[in-house]
Amino acid sequence: MLETYIRSRLAEKKILLMTHIVIGYPTLEISMEIVRTMVAAGVDLMELQIPFSEPIADGPVILKANQQALANGVTVGQCLDFGRRVARQFPIPFLYMTYYNILFKHGVDRFADDMLEAGLQGAIVPDLPPEEAADYLDAMSRNELSPIFIYSPTTSEARMNTIARVADGFVYCVARKGVTGDQTEFSRQIGDYLGRCREATHLPLALGFGVKDKTDVDFLTGKADIAVIGSQTLRVVENQGIGAMGQFIRQVVGG
Amino acid sequence: MIKRGYYGNFGGAFLPEILVATFDELEGVYNDARNDPRFWHDYELLMSSYSCRPTPITYAQNLTSHFGGARIFIKREDLNHTGAHKANNVMGQGLLVKRMGKTRVIAETGAGQHGVATATMAARFGFDCTIYMGEVDVERQRPNVFWMEQLGATVVPVTDGSRILKDAINEAFRDWVTNMDSTHYVLGTACGPHPFPEMVSWFQSIIGKEARRQFMEREGRLPSRVFACVGGGSNAMGVFSGFFDDDVELVGVEAAGRGLDSGEHASRLCSNDASVGVAQGYKTYFLQDDDGQMKETHSIAAGLDYVGVSPILSDLKEKGRVRFEGATDREVIEALRLTMKKEGVIPALESAHAFARAFKEAPEMAADEIILINQSGRGDKDIFTIADAFDDPKWKRFIVEKAKQYHA
Ligand SMILES: Cc1ncc(COP(=O)(O)O)c(C=O)c1O
Repeated sequence: MLETYIRSRLAEKKILLMTHIVIGYPTLEISMEIVRTMVAAGVDLMELQIPFSEPIADGPVILKANQQALANGVTVGQCLDFGRRVARQFPIPFLYMTYYNILFKHGVDRFADDMLEAGLQGAIVPDLPPEEAADYLDAMSRNELSPIFIYSPTTSEARMNTIARVADGFVYCVARKGVTGDQTEFSRQIGDYLGRCREATHLPLALGFGVKDKTDVDFLTGKADIAVIGSQTLRVVENQGIGAMGQFIRQVVGG
Repeated sequence: MIKRGYYGNFGGAFLPEILVATFDELEGVYNDARNDPRFWHDYELLMSSYSCRPTPITYAQNLTSHFGGARIFIKREDLNHTGAHKANNVMGQGLLVKRMGKTRVIAETGAGQHGVATATMAARFGFDCTIYMGEVDVERQRPNVFWMEQLGATVVPVTDGSRILKDAINEAFRDWVTNMDSTHYVLGTACGPHPFPEMVSWFQSIIGKEARRQFMEREGRLPSRVFACVGGGSNAMGVFSGFFDDDVELVGVEAAGRGLDSGEHASRLCSNDASVGVAQGYKTYFLQDDDGQMKETHSIAAGLDYVGVSPILSDLKEKGRVRFEGATDREVIEALRLTMKKEGVIPALESAHAFARAFKEAPEMAADEIILINQSGRGDKDIFTIADAFDDPKWKRFIVEKAKQYHA
């Protein structure tokens, strides 16, 4: 179970690192290489984004990666296959991240069955609020998969409690308004916000959107359980290559 | 937990968590306005003094005798300020923005009509204004880009995706999730997450209310068929809503582009190419592939070139209350030419889809039947596209000369 894994890792280190890739960007082969490098560098869990043509919650970096992957002809079938291969090959939990239409068109039940069969642990679906998620929740719980839900700084306490009742594994707290990839100021406000999140759920908390280096992760240590780095690793790969990205992650996780 | 905004199996609110509070606020203000009879009164007053409401219905005598069937009437939404029905929605949402105390509006636009209407509303109410427009549409609707900028709006060309309407909507959402405290997103059609489909249809229902009254006053009876073009579905919902409870056949006309068999069209409800999906915050029929990736669409009319369609219309189609048909680019150009020659009115390319279909059906109808065509907008904005389609040599010469002057 995802939560159990997270708790046991947290017994060994103060904060975990989750990274993000877009499957098929820049190519399926290079995606595999990126995963291998990230795992070797000490990443604790990973989101694998299945590209979608209308990624409304994503900023320019991940948006472009989605479009490029689709332009390369990447299919949902290939993404599911990719998930199966990495889950068998590497010893960390993998989650799918994608938009609801991908699940809906594949069949929500079938998608969850395929996830279980492939060895994935859960999914993050940013455009699926709990109100619309009845089918998804059934399918995920039947397969003992974790539906990861999202808190935002605009989420009321009452709503945080409601979300906590259906969430599993951990809760993904977005650091601020806006889309992925923009700057985030890591200030006391974030600490207060994570405090509110902590009160609403007993699940571990991940914090993402704008986390970009060791300083940010150090700031989050003691406040969140998982730091999520998304756009920044993509930028490092694009500008300096996969090797540099591995070093970047080792530096972030290292002492 | 409560699911909101469903019409049969369609609609809903598939929102990123960060926007839920903003939608709660919007829904609250909208419900208050709907329950406040003064709001609709003020809205009608505004539309009668700032736009040209009520817009007339025009009896198209020459077209009627040309086709020799049903009598043809035209609802003249082209006579609105800024030349399209878009003004109805925009001014209504503007009043809500004032109630919410926000100071900035953003909008997507395809044909540019909604963008221009939003820019006038922002100028009049004193809001900052940013308009997102796909790069392809910036190119084909240049006159409207010019006007938006003169009205004080910032026009942002969208270079992602297929660079048309749906991509402009995505970009507007990205702006909104960042700036929702100060900003309202004036969605231009009866699509998107709840409450937009219902709210936009409500503002546009002013068309149907007027049309129904005008027919009763003038003819003492209702039309037997009503035709409206369908992009997102707002003008269609507007005019249809006046006749839902009557024995009136409602026909929505989609863009058949280069033909329904060509794959190059934007027909979600009258073709077999669309399927149910969830994107841009709502569930409806989308033109998408088996994986759920949205397809490229095509129409000569920028305002009909959209992958989704109002969830309310999807439901009305399944219930059999509205019939959906397509009109091809070529049929549309012919209908436009004929309408101009016979009646001296200039429909927008979008509206001309409704004319094209009505012209197919009119001759087969009895002389005592009445057709109503909703002319959603005027064609001036389309001068470049129409001139190209007509292949007008004098216009080409003019453009070449004009370009030379700029080079001089
Ligand atoms: C003149 C005109 N008619 C129709 C439409 C299509 O929109 P809807 O289907 O929402 O009425 C547009 C959209 O831009 C338009 O400008």
